[in-house]
Amino acid sequence: MTTMTETHNATTTSPSSPEAAQPARPRYKVTGLRVLRSEWAKLWTLRSTWITLALGLVFLIAFGVIAAAQYGSGSGLDDGGPGGDLSNADALGLSLFGISLAQMAFGILGVMVTAGEYSTGMIRSTLAAVPRRLPVLWSKSAVFGLVTFAVGTIGALVAFLIGNELVSGTAAELSLSDSGVVRSLLGAGVYLGLIAVIGTALGALFRSVAGGISVLVGTLMLVPNLTSLLPNSWEDDVNKYLPTNAGESLYSLTHDAASLSPTAGLLVLLGWSALALAGAAYRLVRKDA
Amino acid sequence: MIEAQQLTKRYGEKTAVDRLDFVVKPGTVTGFLGPNGAGKSTTMRMIVGLDAPSSGSVTVNGKRYDRHSAPLQEIGALLEAKSIHPGRSAFDHLMVQAHTHGIPRRRVEEVIEMTGLQAVAKKRAGAFSLGMGQRLGIAAALLGDPATVMLDEPVNGLDPDGVLWIRNLLTGLAEEGRTVFVSSHLMSEMALVADHLIIVGRGRLLADTTVQELVRQYGGDAVTVACDQPARLREVLSGPGVEITGEVGSDHLHVAGLSARAIGLKAAEHGIPLFELSSRTVSLEQAFMELTHDAVEYHGASTVDTPGRAA
Repeated sequence: MTTMTETHNATTTSPSSPEAAQPARPRYKVTGLRVLRSEWAKLWTLRSTWITLALGLVFLIAFGVIAAAQYGSGSGLDDGGPGGDLSNADALGLSLFGISLAQMAFGILGVMVTAGEYSTGMIRSTLAAVPRRLPVLWSKSAVFGLVTFAVGTIGALVAFLIGNELVSGTAAELSLSDSGVVRSLLGAGVYLGLIAVIGTALGALFRSVAGGISVLVGTLMLVPNLTSLLPNSWEDDVNKYLPTNAGESLYSLTHDAASLSPTAGLLVLLGWSALALAGAAYRLVRKDA
Repeated sequence: MIEAQQLTKRYGEKTAVDRLDFVVKPGTVTGFLGPNGAGKSTTMRMIVGLDAPSSGSVTVNGKRYDRHSAPLQEIGALLEAKSIHPGRSAFDHLMVQAHTHGIPRRRVEEVIEMTGLQAVAKKRAGAFSLGMGQRLGIAAALLGDPATVMLDEPVNGLDPDGVLWIRNLLTGLAEEGRTVFVSSHLMSEMALVADHLIIVGRGRLLADTTVQELVRQYGGDAVTVACDQPARLREVLSGPGVEITGEVGSDHLHVAGLSARAIGLKAAEHGIPLFELSSRTVSLEQAFMELTHDAVEYHGASTVDTPGRAA
């Protein structure tokens, strides 16, 4: 049906120019896949992507390895002081120690993926090419979310393999085939991927790198502390639904009453991502670019 | 083809674009003229769907811009503000846009060549000079081989070479049968390239006319003549193709369609003494100033009688 109206258009709009050889013009078309392809290219053609992804990967691996090395060298066992909480740790928890810093790098890059287009003016080119707008948001979040999932999973796996080696022979040692290990490593990737999506959505929602990053950092670092102001009976109920804590249930081996199950955690985290995306979509469609 | 119907954009109290009606036709260069702040850029942003009209509508080739399946093929736009990511190379900038439409790499290389960017195509676009940036914007506008090309103040910041290049490009595109819509706040620049003129002031349409028509309307090639018997002279001079205006009680008449020489001869023939006889050619610039000046007064003071074309 669309093809028919287009052909009709082409013939009616250019009656004054038979010599312009309109039929010879190639027929282009915007498709979802092509917008994805474009966003994929956009991501990799900026140096900041490579730098920030590398930074996130380094945080993830380095801090995990350091934590494991600490434990392996015995310091975590003896001193009962600041490092005392490592005593009943497992190789997985130790090697994923860097996740709280890595999530900042990935989340902030997510904000930059969208808000950066507004601060530079690139958004005008983007929306001129895809005036329906929403495919841009879906593609950006999908591309960056999946890239971060891949990088995060690889990072978590590498951190675990090295970290596990460092704690071999101790109580913390695990094997990839132990129950929950692969799920946790994948969970770490999924968590980071969804934080990346939330960052992307926040960037599109606030249209400002500074604004998006503030809200992201606030959500990931400040809000969990603020809940301690709540009455005790509420605190646990609220706490486990926060993005960071719901995420933690995805990538930790053990779960207690205060945390959600991995599946519930995933659903809650998906809910937060959907909420952020919905806000971003609303603003994108409703507000002038 | 661009068609605006009662196109309006309000920002709170302020009306940036006020019930604009116009049609931009294929095969000619249409100039979009107005002083700074007249609403030209806002209008262009609405044409490509970056801003939504408060009321009214605008279509590109018969459809709203966002309803087209290949928007970049319908209209290629260079907007006034920079629309690039400074960290991306010129080639990459064009390529990411090409991807959305399935435009081949060959076409990207083609527009780079057309705009003379070969030497800098792999450099970061953020380091470009104003002129280079403008060329990149034009390359992006031409990327989809669009039926309509729309450029907002394209000669801003260009050196004389660049200005000439743009002029030739615009007339070339129009000759190929494309719709060319160019904004400027400089009448002198428009006069060189545009056939048709859409003139706006304070968001309102002041004139939708041709260059010749505008000159004629604003007393171009008219003759001012003064004598003590204006009524008789009027009779003597009137004829087909001759237009005579003058205020009642004034000695002065403005005559269009006759040369000063012809008027002098006719007056002598009928024994009417003349006090003054001068031809005045109004430049486009003057006509433009007069038009937009009226618009400013029309909105500024409460009631200033603007004969003829205030709306």
